[in-house]
Amino acid sequence: MSRSREPGVPVPLLVPAVLAVAFLVLPLVGLVVRAPWGELWPQLTSPAVGEALRLSLVSATAATALSLVLGVPLAWVLARSRARGRSVLRALVTVPLVLPPVVGGVALFLVLGRQGIVGRWLDQAFDVTIPFTTTAVVIAETFVAMPFLVISVEGALRAADARFEDAAATLGADRWTTFRRVTLPLVAPGVAAGAVLCWARALGEFGATITFAGNFPGTTQTMPLAVYLALQQDPETAIVLSLVLLVVSVATLLLLRDRWLTRGVR
Amino acid sequence: MPRCTQVVLPLAAALVLAGCGGPSDDAAGTTASTRGAELDGTLTVFAAASLTDVFTELGEQLEQENPALDVRFNFAGSSALATQISQGAPADVFASADEPQMAVVTDAGLAEGDPAVFASNVLQIAVPAGNPAEVGRLADFAREELALAICAPQVPCGAAAEDVFAAAGVTPRPDTLEEDVRAALTKVELGEVDAALVYTTDVTAAGDAVEGVDVPGAEQAVNEYPIAVLAEGPNPEAAAAFVDLVRSEEGQQALADAGFRIP
Repeated sequence: MSRSREPGVPVPLLVPAVLAVAFLVLPLVGLVVRAPWGELWPQLTSPAVGEALRLSLVSATAATALSLVLGVPLAWVLARSRARGRSVLRALVTVPLVLPPVVGGVALFLVLGRQGIVGRWLDQAFDVTIPFTTTAVVIAETFVAMPFLVISVEGALRAADARFEDAAATLGADRWTTFRRVTLPLVAPGVAAGAVLCWARALGEFGATITFAGNFPGTTQTMPLAVYLALQQDPETAIVLSLVLLVVSVATLLLLRDRWLTRGVR
Repeated sequence: MPRCTQVVLPLAAALVLAGCGGPSDDAAGTTASTRGAELDGTLTVFAAASLTDVFTELGEQLEQENPALDVRFNFAGSSALATQISQGAPADVFASADEPQMAVVTDAGLAEGDPAVFASNVLQIAVPAGNPAEVGRLADFAREELALAICAPQVPCGAAAEDVFAAAGVTPRPDTLEEDVRAALTKVELGEVDAALVYTTDVTAAGDAVEGVDVPGAEQAVNEYPIAVLAEGPNPEAAAAFVDLVRSEEGQQALADAGFRIP
C-alpha cells in the first residue's frame, strides 16, 4: 500500500474511488462470470439477434444525429441568449431526465399517437401513423437521450472563452458565421462528449421505446427489448444478449474515440 | 453466503407491529373467528398482474380481520415473479397466471406442498369503446391495415394467444408483441391499437374505455391460475390463511365477480 502514497492520490479519495470502481464493475463481472459462453457465438450469428442489434445501432445513431441537429442550437440558446424565462426553459427541456421513460412513452402517445394532438392530424391529413414504426423508436430514443447532449454542450459553451466570439464580431462576422467558424470548433470536444452520452443512452433505452414503439422483431424490437423478453423465459439467453450489446457498444465507442474524439481535442 | 432476508424480515415485521397500534376498523360481521387465532407480522404475496384488483380487495379483508397483520403485494408478470422468487425474493405466497411459471418455482423446491388451481381465465378481444375498426372475430387479426397488439410469446397471455390462433388457423399480423397483458390493454385504452387479445378479466377491469368481443375457440387455451405457499416465506401461518381465503367461498365469489372462471 506504500505505493498509493504517491503525490496526487490522497487516501480519503483513493478509498471511495476504489469502492466506486467495485460498485460499477462488479455487476459487469457477474454477467461475465455467469454467461454461458458456449452460447455466445450461436446467439451472435442468429438472425433474430442480428436484426435487433442492427436496429439498435441504426436507431441510436439516428437519434443521436437528430439530437445534434436540434440539440446543439438549443444548447446555444440556453447558454447565450438573454431572453427571459431561460431557466424555466432549461428546466422544461431537462424533464425527460427525471421522467420515468415509460411515462415519456405515454406522453409521446398523447402527442404523436393516432389519437394524439399532433398525431391525429398527421393521420387524417397525410395518412401517417407513427406508433409501432422504426420512426417511433428513433423519436422515443431522441426524447430520452437529447437532454444529455444539450446539457453537456451548454456546459461547454458556458466554459468557452467568449472573447474569441467577441473578436470574430469585431472583425465583421455575423453571429451565424461566428457560431459556425468560431464557437462550434471551440466546443467540439463538448459536443463529441455529449453525442457519445446521447448515443449510449439511446442504445440502452427501454421504457419509452416499448411503450410508444411497441415490440416487434425487425421494426421496433431493439436489443434492450429483446433482453427483457428473453429474461421472462430464459435468463441465460438474456445474459448473452446483454453481453453482445455491451461488447458492441464498447467496441464502437473505442473505435470512435480513436478516430474522432482525439481529433476533436486537437 | 448468509441469507440476509431471514434477518431483515422479522425486523421489518417487528417495526410494522410497533407502528400498528392505531385503531382498527370495526368492520361488522367479520369472519375472523372461523379462521382461528389472530395473525400478525407482514404477509408478502407475489401475484400475477391480472389478479391486482381481486387480490388487493382480499388482502384488505384479511387485514381487517387481523389488525396486527400487514399484507403487501407485488403484482407483475408471472414470469418476472417466478424469476424473482428463484433469486431469493422474500415472498410468502405465489399466485401465477399459468402452470409453467408455477413449475419454475415448484421445480426449484421453493413451494410448500402442491400448488392448487383457484381460478382460470380465457382470452377475449379487447377493442376501444365503440369498436371503430369493427373487429369482430379472430380472423380480423390477419388484416394488415389494422393496428393490432398481442402479448409476446414469452409471457403467459402470449403463449395462450399462439394456441388460440393456431386452433383457429389464423396467422396474425400484429404491430406489436406486448411485454405483459396490461401493457396490451393500455394501448387499447389509449386508442392506439384497433384490437388486442387479452384476458376476459382485463376487459372487465378496464371499464368503459374498452369493449370485449368473445373469441370462439378461446377454450383451446384456458389459463389455469395456481397458488402456493412458499417454503422459505417468513410468515407461513398468514400465508396459509391467505390461500384459504382465496379458495374460500367468498374468495371464489370475488374472483367470479371480476370475470374469472372458478373451478
